[in-house]
Order: sequence, then structure tokens, then C-alpha cells
Amino acid sequence: MRVVIMGCGRLGSTLAQELDREGHQVTVIDVDAGAFNWLDEDFRGSTIVGAGEDVEVQQAAGVPRAEVFLALANGDNRNAMAVQVAKHIHNAPRVVARIYDPERADVYRQLGINVVNPTTILDQMVREAAFGEDESNRAAT
Amino acid sequence: MYVILVGGGKVGRGAAHDLIQMGHEVCVVERDGNTAWSLNNELGEVALLGDGAEIHVQRAAGMNRADVVVACTGRDQVNLAVAQTAQTRFNVPKVIARINDPRNERIFRSLGFLNTISATTAIVSAIEQEVSAGLSRLTQLRSSAFVLAELVIPQVAPAVGCQVRDLNLPPHTVLALIVRDDDEPEIPGPNTMIQSGDIVIAVTQPQHESGLRAALTGEA
Repeated sequence: MRVVIMGCGRLGSTLAQELDREGHQVTVIDVDAGAFNWLDEDFRGSTIVGAGEDVEVQQAAGVPRAEVFLALANGDNRNAMAVQVAKHIHNAPRVVARIYDPERADVYRQLGINVVNPTTILDQMVREAAFGEDESNRAAT
Repeated sequence: MYVILVGGGKVGRGAAHDLIQMGHEVCVVERDGNTAWSLNNELGEVALLGDGAEIHVQRAAGMNRADVVVACTGRDQVNLAVAQTAQTRFNVPKVIARINDPRNERIFRSLGFLNTISATTAIVSAIEQEVSAGLSRLTQLRSSAFVLAELVIPQVAPAVGCQVRDLNLPPHTVLALIVRDDDEPEIPGPNTMIQSGDIVIAVTQPQHESGLRAALTGEA
């Protein structure tokens, strides 16, 4: 599959390399060219320097032909705008945004966007690690 | 009305100043401490320090009871986020978004935000008007391909002394109003005579503006 990833930090670069090894065609966008140092030398995908929420940068990165667009940069606003540009302007069939703020994550879910919210996921994992699975479920309810 | 402005830069400060003068209740959400401090110094206690894209800050600003929210920071991704949460989360009746990069107009429009303000577009069109004298575009009619244009008929022009029906107007163009000194504004009919000094308000499409200008003022 053709996958475009916005944000080449720890998460973006890890995922990019995994998908690349699995045989997907990967393009990574980042505003900072230095971020591509996270990628190993054997990464076969392409890299583009630019703002991932920019219509033209997405065009250059091949979002109109991509099956998947992942917004994994650090800012919630940036990621939210980027997936909406990919979805509504470039008609990307599958988009996912990382949104740190749980409340904003709910807003974007309501707007029909696939959201991954690290805060609630970590919250649950920390509970399980600290209290065990049963206790953490009880604490959550 | 209660108006929340997110972004206390030049645009937010100017708008806050005018809205307060007009008697509205105003809150400016500003994340920079110095800017917030000088806003309070200048306008009274109007500034709320915080990131206006954060929902807890929006709640603290009282967005649930706001009549109008204006997202006017210098960053389009922030303005989009503010506009979307104001609408989706707080059901604010009127949401206005500032667009900094005109290329982003498309995404705001396709997400249903038609109340947008783009300084760059306004400045560019003002420059175009200065360069091509004779016609000023007053506004783009909301969500349509038409614009409202104003023309002043010069002393010497092909249209002077002509009736409207004899003018060589471009397609999709209608003369809507003629304003003359010392006279009531008039809705022109086919027999209305164009005079020098007339201010003509016309509805047209952007690609026909030059044709309209040529027909009325003779300027290419």
C-alpha cells in the first residue's frame, strides 16, 4: 500500500521503517530535515521537507494517490488540519490522526476522523501496570 | 453580544477595541503573557491567558455562552481547530475564522466554514485594484462565483451618454445600482442613461471584471 506519514519523530520514524520493511511504499513528511536522522540508512521510502498540513506539500508527497495518510506530528492542531486536508481535498481513503488531548480527540471523532489518543491509552496502561488488570478496570468504572 | 476572540495580535486587538466601543462584551484569549498583559493595560481586563485551542481554556472563557467566536491567530491550523471545537463542542451560533495562507481557503470552505477573513487575499485584491484603476471589487458574494464591483464613470468614456441596453456588457454581468450626486440611488433599467461621475454597482464574475471595466470606463 502507499502510505504517507506526517511527522518523523520517534513514532513516525518507527512506523515508517516497519511499514517499509513489510513492503509498503512509504513517504515521510517533516518540517525539519534533521528529523529524518531518525530513519536508518536502509530505509527505502522517500522523504519530503515541508508542513504536512499544506495542500501542496501533500500533493508533492503523493497523498492523492495514497491509500493511507497518518498524521503523527507533535501538535494536535496540525495533525487535525492535515488529516482533514488529506481526506477532504485529496480524497485519501484512510486517515489517522494522533491527538494528545482526550477532549479534542472526541471532537474529531465526532467529525468522522480516525483518532488515536495516546493519553487515554497510556492512562489505561499505567493503571494496569500499577494496579493489575482487575483493579485498574474497577478503578476506571 | 458576547464575543470571544482567540488570538490577541494586531487583528484580535483591533477587533477587541472596536467591539468594546460598540458595547459588546469581549474576551481575548492569548497565550503569550506579555501580549495578554498589554491588552489588559490598553483595553481593561479583557485578556484570558491560555492556549485558545485547548478545550479547558475555551470553557474557562465561557465559550458555551458565546454568541460569536473569532479565530484570529496567525496560524491556520490553530484557527481551524478553534473554529471546529467552537462549533462542534460548544454550538457557538456564529464562528468566524481568519485565514493567513489563501491556499487554505479551500479546506475551510470544504469543511463548511464560509465566514472566513483573509487579510492576504484582501491586500492582494486591493493592490490589483490600485494597479487596474476604474473598478473596485467590493466583496465576493458568499459561496457563489459572483462578485460585487464598484465603478466610477470618468469624464470621457465610451459609456457616457449611452443607454444601459446599448452597453457592450460581458456575460453574467448585471448593473445593480447607479448612485449620482444629489440624487436618489437608482436601479438602472434598459433605458437608463450613463453619465460621467456615476457610481455604478455591478454584479459580475471575476473573469469578467476587465470586460465590465472596458465597457463602462474604456480602460483595458
